[in-house]
Amino acid sequence: MAEVTASPWAGLDRARVLAWLQDYGVYLAVAVLLVFNAFFTPHFLEVDNFRNQLVQVTPVLIVSLGMALVIGTEGIDLSVGSVMSMAAAMIALYLGYGLVPAVLMALLAGAVSGLAGGSLVAFVGVQPIVATLALLVGLRGLANVFVPQLEDFRDPALLSLGGDSVLGVPYVVLVAAAVVAVVGFLVRRTTFGRRLVAIGGNRRASELSGLPVKRVLLLVYMLSGVLAAVAGILSTARIQAADPTSLGLLMELSAITAVVVGGTPLTGGRVRVAGTVMGALLMQLLASTLTKHDLPSSGTQMVQAAIILVAVYAARERMTR
Amino acid sequence: MSPSTSAQPEAPLIEAAGVVKRFPGVLALDGVSFGLRAGEAHALVGENGAGKSTLLKVLTGVYRPDAGGLRLRGEPVAFGGPFDAQRAGIQAIHQEIGLVPLMSVARNLLLGREPRNRLGLIDMRALHRAAEDLLAPYGVRIDVRRPLRSCGVGTQQMVALARAVSVDARVVVMDEPTSSLEPREVETLFGVIRDLRARGIAVVYVSHRLDELFRVCSRVTVLRDGRMVHTGDLADLDRLRLVSLMLGRDMAEVRAEGMTKFSGDHERAGDVPVLEARGLTRRHQLDGVSVTVRPGEVVGLGGLLGSGRSETAKAIAGALPLDAGTVVVAGTPLRWPTTANATKAGIAMLPEDRKAEGIVPALSIRENIALAALPGLSRAGIVSDARIDRIVGTFMKRLRIKASSMHQRVGELSGGNQQKVLLARWLATEPKVLLLDEPTRGIDVGAKAEVQTLIDELAREGLGVLLISSDLEELVEGADRVVVLRDGAVAGELTGDQVSEQGVMAAIAAEPEPPAAAGPAPGDEAPGDGAPADEAPEADPAGKDEN
Repeated sequence: MAEVTASPWAGLDRARVLAWLQDYGVYLAVAVLLVFNAFFTPHFLEVDNFRNQLVQVTPVLIVSLGMALVIGTEGIDLSVGSVMSMAAAMIALYLGYGLVPAVLMALLAGAVSGLAGGSLVAFVGVQPIVATLALLVGLRGLANVFVPQLEDFRDPALLSLGGDSVLGVPYVVLVAAAVVAVVGFLVRRTTFGRRLVAIGGNRRASELSGLPVKRVLLLVYMLSGVLAAVAGILSTARIQAADPTSLGLLMELSAITAVVVGGTPLTGGRVRVAGTVMGALLMQLLASTLTKHDLPSSGTQMVQAAIILVAVYAARERMTR
Repeated sequence: MSPSTSAQPEAPLIEAAGVVKRFPGVLALDGVSFGLRAGEAHALVGENGAGKSTLLKVLTGVYRPDAGGLRLRGEPVAFGGPFDAQRAGIQAIHQEIGLVPLMSVARNLLLGREPRNRLGLIDMRALHRAAEDLLAPYGVRIDVRRPLRSCGVGTQQMVALARAVSVDARVVVMDEPTSSLEPREVETLFGVIRDLRARGIAVVYVSHRLDELFRVCSRVTVLRDGRMVHTGDLADLDRLRLVSLMLGRDMAEVRAEGMTKFSGDHERAGDVPVLEARGLTRRHQLDGVSVTVRPGEVVGLGGLLGSGRSETAKAIAGALPLDAGTVVVAGTPLRWPTTANATKAGIAMLPEDRKAEGIVPALSIRENIALAALPGLSRAGIVSDARIDRIVGTFMKRLRIKASSMHQRVGELSGGNQQKVLLARWLATEPKVLLLDEPTRGIDVGAKAEVQTLIDELAREGLGVLLISSDLEELVEGADRVVVLRDGAVAGELTGDQVSEQGVMAAIAAEPEPPAAAGPAPGDEAPGDGAPADEAPEADPAGKDEN
């Protein structure tokens, strides 16, 4: 028995370890952080703290789910942060007509920008990264034209959406939970979800199998746009202000991180909804843990970078197996 | 057979001796010898996977042989890379290779040896003059200041050729040089080849067009399955003999029927064709191809590599944009030829390239099988898992797909089982017509027999089947009728007793006779005749070797 200690990994298939890490590593990491915080962070186990963490993760989480769908088709959506700012601008412009019209206009803006990006990708054949980069730049500019500076509101309905709870669960968290359920259903149970994954896995084969490839791609980008708009609405409601200049900045990177860390490969052909939720939670927990233990934010960023590297490494090693 | 060693006065310009090249899982070249003499045009022919591309890459320094070697004028050489080969005077002309599309024609022609003025800057006027001089013999009259990209493909190829020859080429390798040329450009190219030969430059000419080979080339080397099966003077071969060498079907030893699992003929369920393709035309690829398939009938599509077989199937399936032509399924014309509409109408196509165009490797067997039939397995966009499980289970059993479970990833299966998964994907859509492009290529013998039996059964059940196969035996025994394609046009149709390996080969090798053939057959000149063709062969897909 003593001889086996030479390398504890010797008996394990390296590829299988990496595959497991890609699929479930994120759960493990979240669990480790939870345990760590339970012991070493004061007040961590209090309900208020949990509620806080969930509220804070909501925007990233919702955007990440749209991003996961896009990445599943072997695409990427860099425009999400700017779509959020566009949604905020719409709220500022139309809140005078009431909350519902304002929200609808914001969602419409998200759908239209997704339509623009999706059309470029599906019909014109522009690379996703280029098409959505153009939107990233253009949409924030447009939002700034509509609402040049921070505009704060005193709208009771909006305040309620951003701050109120039912049975102790904030509305924003409920919305996020609903989004998780809907996206999970789409991926698992609908023809749309099956097709999306097949297109990401082998686009040419999907075309030859008679799949409506362009329609699916268009829908995916529209969904991503709408979800980004939802995140923009909720953020605006929470801070009670439309801030097109800085709302959603770098959101695309946080979302991609959550998706990748959650085990969805950037090469497409796979969408992990639960993994993406965990990925978003992990990044949130990590940031709050490091802050609470007085590490500078630069430290947080470096730890995040390390996690991304591990996730990408696991995914790549698995591909080349 | 060894290279013809009969009294050769001059040593070969370049010679490959016993070259072996291995790739993971494939022996691409198995002791191939190949000699090239100064001033000859040497045809290099072979079907898919014969090893032509690999041999060319060895000659041009892209690959290093695993065994055997090259001799340049009798001296052994080892090229470290394409650059070494070029320095030794071996130039390859591919359409895209070695040129800079955004630079002007003149810059491309003289890249790296531009005339300079006293300041060391490029002397533009001298550059343009030199470029015009270089191009003059090639019948290309264009403004040499234009970016290369803005020129036609034919012109670009001429520029590549002019550049190659002007850099002191001793050997010029041409891989499918006429595949995108207009008839007039083809004539110019042939003229250039004659000039090259007169100057003692050797030309390696790769083409699937027999007419061209016999017009341009003096000698021929035939490769098959990585081996050299024949080399010698082209004049010693007739077309039929050449075709039989390429296809590996020796006229004398065509085996008795019954080696494949096909039973032969099928009952015809009705006379209304289930598929009618009329006048399918696409520039450079298809030239008025018409095919009819009746229910319960297996129609074979014969022809050499690059004759337009796969393109015909793709066009029918809506995967190849057409310039002209209609596809009628069971009496109803397809309005808008897309794969989605073709699928809906009941057309199913098993593509030739299983990996790139067929399977979705990361998805499970179950997902792969259900893929095309999803609309039928769902209600209001929500899939029914129970129905999918049932249909997948049925097909896995019927096609005997061997896997640990229906949730195994398709990428992990053997080629034969992957092919069965694809067949199941299409059968789940309950198609009317099956287009099978090389359904048994690259799968093991057992699976091959199973697939053949299945094709038979399906036809018996009333499906119309269009079968493409490079395996002549499979084609002849599987099909009730064979339509032979040549250069993208129908060269003949064999029915009844005519359906035999000899019949197919004869149809492929036949000298085209414009009035007799079904499609507008390309014009042709006798070998060596230099008169311009009225309508030179035009069609050819980008069909390249796969190895």
